[in-house]
Amino acid sequence: MNSEVTKQNGSAVASRPTEATRTTTFTPRVDILENQEELLLYADLPGVKPDDLDLRFEKGELVLHGRCQPRGPQGRAVQTEYGVGDFHRVFSVSEEIDADKIGAELKNGVLTVYLPKAEKVKPRQIAIKAV
Amino acid sequence: MFLTRWQPLVGNEVNRLQHEMGRLFGHLGQQGNWPAAVPAYPAVNLWEDEQNVYAEAELPGINQDALQITVAQGDQLTIAGERQPLETQGTWHRQERGYGRFSRTFQLPALVDADKVEAKLEHGVLLVTLAKSEAAKPRRIAVKSE
Repeated sequence: MNSEVTKQNGSAVASRPTEATRTTTFTPRVDILENQEELLLYADLPGVKPDDLDLRFEKGELVLHGRCQPRGPQGRAVQTEYGVGDFHRVFSVSEEIDADKIGAELKNGVLTVYLPKAEKVKPRQIAIKAV
Repeated sequence: MFLTRWQPLVGNEVNRLQHEMGRLFGHLGQQGNWPAAVPAYPAVNLWEDEQNVYAEAELPGINQDALQITVAQGDQLTIAGERQPLETQGTWHRQERGYGRFSRTFQLPALVDADKVEAKLEHGVLLVTLAKSEAAKPRRIAVKSE
């Protein structure tokens, strides 16, 4: 997963035709949390398999693109309350991030991204010496 | 700090948005059953063919163990469960995902055999396959010629 974050080679380019032919793209719902060590992003991506997720961090922007394979059984649609399509969302991260240590995992349709803060922006405990 | 870039709406997206709004607020002002503005969760898509009825719902972040699927009276399907809140400390920048208990019951388009129901939860998508009861299956009638 980790390597996918910074990957900018052939696979990302190769996926473009598929993205272009899609008609519907959804904005996933996210939770974003910050603590002293890192920023945490949780995104609901139902139906996205780990291989179909493209996550990139570039110039302070986190780009998330999840491809959703067409699904649904054959037959007559009786009731359609939601549509199926790709997920796409871009986040600007103003905090300084240690890009090499970004980690991500996808489980049960939920993506978790760990964005560790760069050492220099982390709050530091200053030891006070008694003289 | 995170900022979400504005994404223009294209084609189907607008229709879907209208549909979603209709689903969220469509029954406002009807019958006075309050609270009316709470959307039904989960959203469910239904299909049928000659043999089965299929129900699909997007349930990201829900464990198999936290999900109950029941069939009552031959054609009432209930999907119930719970999504646990995050157990993380920190400052929230955004909180769009919901959590808590949910339960939804709806009418199936045909009678089903409650013993022949299969449910599969994969990558946060639930698919329930319900075999139609023999009485509900279409039958080919032989035409006699004299």
